[in-house]
Amino acid sequence: MPRAFTPKVVTANRLLEGDAVWLTADDRWTTDMSEAELIEDEAVSQDRLLFAMGQADVVVGAYLADAKAGEDGPEPTHFREAFRTRGPSNYAHGKQAEA
Amino acid sequence: MYQYNDFDEAFVRERVAQFSAQVQRRIDGSLTEDEFKPLRLMNGLYLQLHAYMLRVAVPYGTLNGRQMRQLAHIARTYDKGYGHFTTRQNIQFNWPKLKDVPQILSDLADVEMHAIQTSGNTIRNVTADHFAGAAKDEIADPRPYAELLRQWSTDHPEFQFLPRKFKIAVSGSTHDRAVVRAHDIGLEIVEKDGERGFRVLIGGGLGRTPIIGKVAREFLPEADLLPYCEAIVSVYNLLGRRDNKYKARIKITVHETGLEEISRMIEERFSQIRPAFTGVDQQLLGQIKDAFSAPDYVAKDDDAFQIAYDNDPLFRAWVDTNVTDHVRDDHAIVSISIKTPGQTPGDATAEQMVAMAELAESFGYDELRISHEQNVILPHVARADLPEVHAALRDVGLAAANIGLISDIIACPGMDYCALATARSIPVAQDIALRFEELKLAHDIGPLKIKISGCINACGHHHVGHIGILGLDRAGVENYQITLGGDGTEDAAIGTRTGPGFAYDEIVPAIERLLLAYLDLREGEDETFLQAYRRVGMEPFKAALYPEKEKVDAA
Repeated sequence: MPRAFTPKVVTANRLLEGDAVWLTADDRWTTDMSEAELIEDEAVSQDRLLFAMGQADVVVGAYLADAKAGEDGPEPTHFREAFRTRGPSNYAHGKQAEA
Repeated sequence: MYQYNDFDEAFVRERVAQFSAQVQRRIDGSLTEDEFKPLRLMNGLYLQLHAYMLRVAVPYGTLNGRQMRQLAHIARTYDKGYGHFTTRQNIQFNWPKLKDVPQILSDLADVEMHAIQTSGNTIRNVTADHFAGAAKDEIADPRPYAELLRQWSTDHPEFQFLPRKFKIAVSGSTHDRAVVRAHDIGLEIVEKDGERGFRVLIGGGLGRTPIIGKVAREFLPEADLLPYCEAIVSVYNLLGRRDNKYKARIKITVHETGLEEISRMIEERFSQIRPAFTGVDQQLLGQIKDAFSAPDYVAKDDDAFQIAYDNDPLFRAWVDTNVTDHVRDDHAIVSISIKTPGQTPGDATAEQMVAMAELAESFGYDELRISHEQNVILPHVARADLPEVHAALRDVGLAAANIGLISDIIACPGMDYCALATARSIPVAQDIALRFEELKLAHDIGPLKIKISGCINACGHHHVGHIGILGLDRAGVENYQITLGGDGTEDAAIGTRTGPGFAYDEIVPAIERLLLAYLDLREGEDETFLQAYRRVGMEPFKAALYPEKEKVDAA
């Protein structure tokens, strides 16, 4: 039996700055994962990933990452994706500094 | 130090112009990412977890003050005020913006530096003993050979698309400080019947399949260096596996082909190409050697040193751990620890870089080295000047007296920065260093090399750590495997896994149990951790690491 589809977000890095961004339901790229579109359907996820990959002048390396619904919007389920929402742990650099 | 000639200068400037245009074309949409990626990688530009990362080559780890100042300038102007010295004697900037990279490369070119071939399937920065030219046990300075190899390998048309990256290290001493046995080609300068040559090792490497290099030639005459290396890379270029990234390094080629057969093929290729090397390379080598002649040492009376050593305990502790005997008795080699407990191993701020540049200019004949252990070396300092050097280092937080001790940890950037990482390395290194600082056990424990990698690629050299730590992703949780008994010196050995890994919050207590067990079982203060491990083997350490399992087994 194929594995059940788990909710996803589309994420990538911005071409010019290189920082992590997520795709919103209204086709924007946000640096705040909670604003991202949480995709519950596999066909939709493929469609949204193709859309993201077509934005090569804005982002690099788009992929689907597992996520779950949180109180304020999508949240990461894996530690790697959690680090991408914050920045490194040795300095207050990256997104945690901008918040 | 080697200085660029007109050809080098023109080549690097041309590459900056070329890459600037490529960046522009990427930004304006004329190049896709698929087209751009190999171009940016050829120029050392990676895209990591949070930002781009630019890896700048420091050839064989040698820098002058002006170059170090320029690295500080780049850190301040285009990055977040610091740089990260790596286990390949390079420096990485973690936060450059794509549009700034051409200007950074231009600033680097102003001081004869670049980021060419710091990535991609090419011959990478040639590394060397960081005590080169200063070590007491040195047969010859390895840097002229490293520079010759750098010139030969840079933009070599045959070797721009190798099956995989290719790393060469050169050592000129009897004691191996350059981990030559963990390189694709390891070169050791040796002398036979008064003639200088090399012991050539091939197929060493860490990563997924760690293998100690094997001797391909016990003695290679000096004049045959380039044609023989070219023969090795040429045979590898044909045989190396391009079907599987994990089997593409020459260590696998040597393993699958067999040392005897691949040596035969290398010798055959060598005999074909040797006549084409008509001696121009040797003329060039002669010029390069002149550039690396010893500095004009100034003899100084070392009374000031003795007074400080006898009266200042902090200075004495620092000298005892961080200062090494020099080829001249009135000089010393200073290892500046970039490992103050709690700090990120290998990270130096712009202010610290400027301070180190000033020290090199004032007291060190304008020479600096980056070590593969992520420290900075002042290779030639008059003993009389050591108190002043120490005081200046204290002012900028660089006087940690811990070289070779437990807190002198190699750690790769891990998942705090690296897109390939499977777990974090840096906070584990920070926590181990701080914990043992708190326990005040560093000096009791004595010489110890802990090396941490955040993934199987082993940039943190964990396989050759006396204690190696490998961070993995186990079912979505960070997990750390421990290996014991690794050694990166001339007695190179790959560490052995202790057993199941430890969770992120269990790894520091596990290391503590391990070292308390060592203190209990050692035969005396002189028996190092590595010697004790070699004497007693894995079992007592396993018992300390997995006390619960012991109980279960006993029941």
